[in-house]
Amino acid sequence: MKLISLKNISFAYPGGRTLLEELNFDLNSGEQVGIIGPNGSGKTTLVHIIMGLIKPLSGQIEIFGQEINGEKDFQKIRPRIGFVFQNADDQLIYPTVLEDVAFGPLNLGYSPDKAKELARATLARLGLSAFEQRLTHHLSGGEKKLVSIATVLVMQPEALIFDEPTTALDEQTREKLIQIIGELDIARIIISHDYDFLAQTTKKQYLMNKGRLVFDPSVVMHKHVHVHPLGHVPHKHEE
Amino acid sequence: MLEQQFIAYNSFIHGLDPRIKLVQAFILSVILALCSSFPTLAAGIVGAMIFYFLSRLPMQKLLSRLLVINTFIFFLWAVLPFSYPGETVFSLGPLSASREGLYLAMQITLKANAIMIIFIALVSTIPVPTIGYALQQLGLPEKLTYLLIFSFRYIFLLEEEKNRLLRSLKVRGFRPRTNLHTYKSYACLLGLILVRSWDRAEQVHKAMLCRGFQGKFYSLYKFSMTKNDFFFFLISSIGALLLLMLEFVL
Ligand SMILES: Nc1ncnc2c1ncn2[C@@H]1O[C@H](COP(=O)(O)OP(=O)(O)OP(=O)(O)O)[C@@H](O)[C@H]1O
Ligand SMILES: [Mg+2]
Repeated sequence: MKLISLKNISFAYPGGRTLLEELNFDLNSGEQVGIIGPNGSGKTTLVHIIMGLIKPLSGQIEIFGQEINGEKDFQKIRPRIGFVFQNADDQLIYPTVLEDVAFGPLNLGYSPDKAKELARATLARLGLSAFEQRLTHHLSGGEKKLVSIATVLVMQPEALIFDEPTTALDEQTREKLIQIIGELDIARIIISHDYDFLAQTTKKQYLMNKGRLVFDPSVVMHKHVHVHPLGHVPHKHEE
Repeated sequence: MLEQQFIAYNSFIHGLDPRIKLVQAFILSVILALCSSFPTLAAGIVGAMIFYFLSRLPMQKLLSRLLVINTFIFFLWAVLPFSYPGETVFSLGPLSASREGLYLAMQITLKANAIMIIFIALVSTIPVPTIGYALQQLGLPEKLTYLLIFSFRYIFLLEEEKNRLLRSLKVRGFRPRTNLHTYKSYACLLGLILVRSWDRAEQVHKAMLCRGFQGKFYSLYKFSMTKNDFFFFLISSIGALLLLMLEFVL
């Protein structure tokens, strides 16, 4: 089944160059897709279009098999797609962690007690129970990232979108994130500049190029973790 | 204010329902602001100190807070007695201090300190977000409540933003002086902070939409009153009545 289907999407910011041009993209259920591409190529813009946060100039969006037109439709599908923002500070709005994680379930109509219970369970699952009553602004960058993932997982989404989840994470938190994502058995789109990370968390990688998504197996040439210098730069080992 | 240094203690006062504390702090400070006789104000100070001892906050922190407000009051003492008309008590060269002016300065000092101590004991012992929810349950409109709560969340980011920008000015050899260049740099800094908070607000709104926000806030917390709250409310209301009687009856 197609979870997300974009047809002929074009977009440019007011007064800017054409960023997305007749872009087509499908995400099927269970599919794990990586997107890589230069800075400013429009990756963030693309996923914002999927979530209905930016309106494309032209093209059709179908989500969960239904054509999406306008804010009302998007309001219905947004809770079913978990979106983790590039900057965790944008996502964490409450002064305390527990309240923040409970925000989504409360919006979905759960009672305060049930919302609290769901939030606690999600935090426990990510090994964040100790943070429940912590003030958000006292968390480190990596901890904020993990909490922002909790705020999304607690809504039990059917698909996940991560926008550059590894920026500013140390090696240990990065490994933890790979493990967390690995345990999730749902469709996902991950944007990253980190080839190894994409290789470990997704099965198929697209390159954002000239306003389109190009599927090119040679983009991520090989999928093992490199131990030699500059191993993260795509390259070929001579036969 | 930003560090919330008074909430991390345990005491009778800390355990009370925040709504009760807010209501009592409001009632008592209105009464103290209206009263003017010295016995009433002195009783107000004594009452405030009782709250303070019940809250078991360290004396040194209280004094450092009071120092700030009393610095302002010091200027009142330097100006009021000499500018207020009335019976001369003593003269300094061409200036003469009036009895009425001295009384007024004394009243203000007592009032300000009593109210300050009450607020430190009752209000600064509540975490800011909780103050928001408590006020909401006392009838504050939802929008104002969440304005308070979100301000409290994001004010730290603004401070960080400011520090980051200041640092970037410094590493490029910027030193504040009294010249046009300094003022221009500060103006740019302020402008940048403004623009970035605008951007941030936009991003935050998007993030809220993604998490199913549809314009309505739901609170996770309910407050419940215990015997202690009832007891405290009764005693401090009697205290408030006594203050009124001291002022208007006796
Ligand atoms: N609100 C905006 N108004 C105008 N132009 C914008 C806006 N947001 C982004 N842009 C521009 O659109 C282009 C694409 O931005 P986008 O954030 O989608 O890139 P990206 O691929 O996510 O880059 P990165 O890898 O750096 O995150 C950039 O050139 C950027 O300057
Ligand atoms: Mg981006």
